[in-house]
Amino acid sequence: MLIGHQPKEFLLAVEALTVSFDGFKAVNNLSFYVEENEIRVIIGPNGAGKTTVLDLICGKTKATSGSIQFRGKELTKLKENEIVQTGVGRKFQTPSVFEDLTVFENLEISYPRGRSVFGSLTFQRDSAVKQRVEEVAEMIFLKDRLDTYADQLSHGQKQWLEIGMLLIQDPDLLMLDEPVAGMSVSERAKTAELLNRIIKDRSVLVIEHDMKFVEDIAHKVTVLHQGQILSEGTMEKVKNDPKVIEVYLGH
Amino acid sequence: MIINSRFFNRSELIGFIALAAILFVILPLSLDAFRLNLVAKYLTYAFVAIGLVLCWGYGGILSLGQGVFFGLGGYCMAMFLKLEASSVENTKIQSTPGIPDFMDWNQITSLPLFWQPFHSLTFTIAAIILVPGLFALIIGTAMFKRRVGGTYFAIITQAVAAILTILIVGQQGYTGGINGMTDLRTLKGWDIRPDHAKVILYFVEVVLLFGCIGIAQLIRLTKLGRILVAMREQEDRVRFSGYSVANFKIFAFCMAAVFAAIGGAMFALNVGFMSPSFVGIVPSIEMVIYTAVGGRMSIFGAVWGSLLVNFAKTSLSESFPQLWLFGLGALFIAVVLAFPNGLSGIWSDYVQPRIDRLLASRKSKPGSAWADNSVADGAPAE
Repeated sequence: MLIGHQPKEFLLAVEALTVSFDGFKAVNNLSFYVEENEIRVIIGPNGAGKTTVLDLICGKTKATSGSIQFRGKELTKLKENEIVQTGVGRKFQTPSVFEDLTVFENLEISYPRGRSVFGSLTFQRDSAVKQRVEEVAEMIFLKDRLDTYADQLSHGQKQWLEIGMLLIQDPDLLMLDEPVAGMSVSERAKTAELLNRIIKDRSVLVIEHDMKFVEDIAHKVTVLHQGQILSEGTMEKVKNDPKVIEVYLGH
Repeated sequence: MIINSRFFNRSELIGFIALAAILFVILPLSLDAFRLNLVAKYLTYAFVAIGLVLCWGYGGILSLGQGVFFGLGGYCMAMFLKLEASSVENTKIQSTPGIPDFMDWNQITSLPLFWQPFHSLTFTIAAIILVPGLFALIIGTAMFKRRVGGTYFAIITQAVAAILTILIVGQQGYTGGINGMTDLRTLKGWDIRPDHAKVILYFVEVVLLFGCIGIAQLIRLTKLGRILVAMREQEDRVRFSGYSVANFKIFAFCMAAVFAAIGGAMFALNVGFMSPSFVGIVPSIEMVIYTAVGGRMSIFGAVWGSLLVNFAKTSLSESFPQLWLFGLGALFIAVVLAFPNGLSGIWSDYVQPRIDRLLASRKSKPGSAWADNSVADGAPAE
């Protein structure tokens, strides 16, 4: 593995991470490192522990042992909302947007200001907020749907809205769990375009099955199998790894 | 362009004016003092119901123990009134004059320490807000920080209601026991029992009620109100947008508790006594039913629900005392199954579109476009 550098240089350093559910180790002694502005794609067969890795980083699942360092901060000790505030954003596999609120309100809630109880009571919808919301809405192709309730949106539009909600948080590390799953061909192309635009100036951790999509965006690919790293490196290297072909790509 | 920027939208404004006209003008003019006092009693539950709209309707936190806070507010008020009614002159036939009568009956010879500050009205008013508020803060922190929610939270609030009832009944030397605190007479020397006092207290209560409506509406319109709605459906998304979900739940629960306590204090003033029968599980569930019947997403609906269900309760339980509880149960089931948004849902889904169509057909072309907008305004966000 490529552990030649000092850990400080990495944006995210996952070391010896293990989580066990009633004795079953979903993630087993996993270590990997993500650099600044790197786009890392995690692939692997079902049950390999891909989503669990994202859950561990964003605090949804607590690690049994090991460490996750983000900009030198230990994430395993922080609460979910504190992890978000250090600059980690997470998109879930199924679109999770607020269906009883409008597109504008959905984006506004994600705007990184007034996150305490009293902060949100005194939060003003000023021009900075409106401008940013409109800017992001344009990027996610929902500019003319700002007043639409989110339950009226299509599946693909909900996915975009959730990506937009992350975008407005402006995280340093963006984690996306199958962003193009369940999308039509045209939506998929638009999403790839969207992702290519938003991954600038930040690191991205993506789980994806669509190999064409992975080849398009990945700087580096990590292949997980049974909670451990099977292979890691460029797409070219991973594709030709006989172990990977056997357990994953061969199917 | 941006909705919700005004304090009331058109249908809410109509609701506000209608309610204000009825409570401030029509009812006081058309009812005698006895009936008006009954309305005042019903309206004390409207405070609880408004709190439940915020906490349950918006925040999705079902509390089946609001009677606890109603009771705490009511008992704080009743303790002050009871002390004033237990002056040495009034109680000179007791073996220890100057303490409440029930203490004397229970062989208590001096006023307990925690009763002492209730000689002061300022302290009492502060206690009416702070005691239930702090109690809700403790329960809320203990539950929500541990991510206890939904049904489990509802059951725990019921347990708290049961515990408090048992405590009040068991400690009758300090609380008046099952009979509660009766024979409340004066507030700072002003007799609260005659008809003209009841009328004044009614108006004080209605003013406070509109104050609470205003506060609830204000909270609803801030970002906090939208976060409550967001939390109800996608708790994790709120958490991963950088918010501490527990703190927002605690806030909503505390607000509901404070509103309920104000209602309880007004109950003690208007009805003239306070007893554990307004604290326990059954009254707590009834309060949830008022909110459900009125519409758990509607602040005005909560007031209507409290008024109408209580009115039905009084009329029906006079003629068919055994049937009332079955009726209440059936009403709750019917509302949950058929009209999940209660009366306010029926209004905005069926009545208002019809009124709007009627207005639109009467007016010429520019009018119809305006009416179309307002239909969308009134439709509930499902």
